Amino acid sequence: MASFILTPKKVNAVHELIDDKLIRAGVKKVMIIDEAGNIITECGHDPAITDPTALAALTAANFGATAQIARLIGEEDFTLLFHKGENSSMYFLRLDEELIMLSIFSDEVSLGLIRCRADELLTPVKNILKGSDNGIN
Amino acid sequence: MALIDLGKREIHCKIVYYGPGRCGKTTNLIYIHHAMTPKARGKMVTIDTKGDRTLFFDLLPLHLGSVRDFDIRIQLYTVPGQIMYEATRKLVLKGVDGIVFVADPLLVRRQRNKDSLAGLSNNLAELGVKLAEIPIVLQYNKRDLTESEIPTLGVSELSSDLNSELQAPEFTATATLGEGVFESLRAISKLTVHQVAEKNRLLD
Repeated sequence: MASFILTPKKVNAVHELIDDKLIRAGVKKVMIIDEAGNIITECGHDPAITDPTALAALTAANFGATAQIARLIGEEDFTLLFHKGENSSMYFLRLDEELIMLSIFSDEVSLGLIRCRADELLTPVKNILKGSDNGIN
Repeated sequence: MALIDLGKREIHCKIVYYGPGRCGKTTNLIYIHHAMTPKARGKMVTIDTKGDRTLFFDLLPLHLGSVRDFDIRIQLYTVPGQIMYEATRKLVLKGVDGIVFVADPLLVRRQRNKDSLAGLSNNLAELGVKLAEIPIVLQYNKRDLTESEIPTLGVSELSSDLNSELQAPEFTATATLGEGVFESLRAISKLTVHQVAEKNRLLD
């Protein structure tokens, strides 16, 4: 099984994009994880998150479990998930077959904004992480 | 799928404890969790256990020191062993880098061990991985039962049943007492990290 190689150049480029589109819009924390439950990279800060490793593992498992639900209604997969909490909510977006982006935000930020901004990030973030360092400006 | 972070100089690997129901996979993780210092391990996550059975998975993150300037971070997972949870087992195997197959020595569970190993092979194949190509060690657990009156399998019988083709490193264990637990963990960690490092030429 191939390994995922993360370089500082890729991390910086992804952080710049996420900072610009999501963190400045009020999102507390954004994590990019893979399907094995590894944290690829994370931006922002949420003091409520004390165990990001468990959060990543459970997110990967959550996506896997909901994919099984999707198949029961004739879908291959659900590409986005939303969990609403009293103070914090989570928005999960599948970037490709391996990568998932999750955003944690308060009720002061609208879900519609998160959805638009996350969609804008989907292709550039995926291309940076899956491409070579040479393709990064 | 191992993650290699060149900026932080970290290698992250996923090791899965696999085996039939009630063979002692979670017991291995619980022993490791208790025996390691809090600095070397993260919090153990156990999801939805009903009685003493794992329904989804257990997770224990470990920090195993460094190799050639790379910090080695391992995530240990268990799968639910019961036959009905095949889909969950396949889910937990996604991105696996190394496997500890825990075998049950009870004579009545002989076929379950074989079925579980065959299931592992099938599930890996569906994920595009060959059992023969992934680092694996076999752990023959519950050796304390051999001293009781319960009919059990000997190590040579277990080895003949499960390891005649694989020829993987094998360990005897009594996970409840911690015997053989760290020997198995050390062996699979070494094999896994070595394979990841070799594939990505980190040892050159």
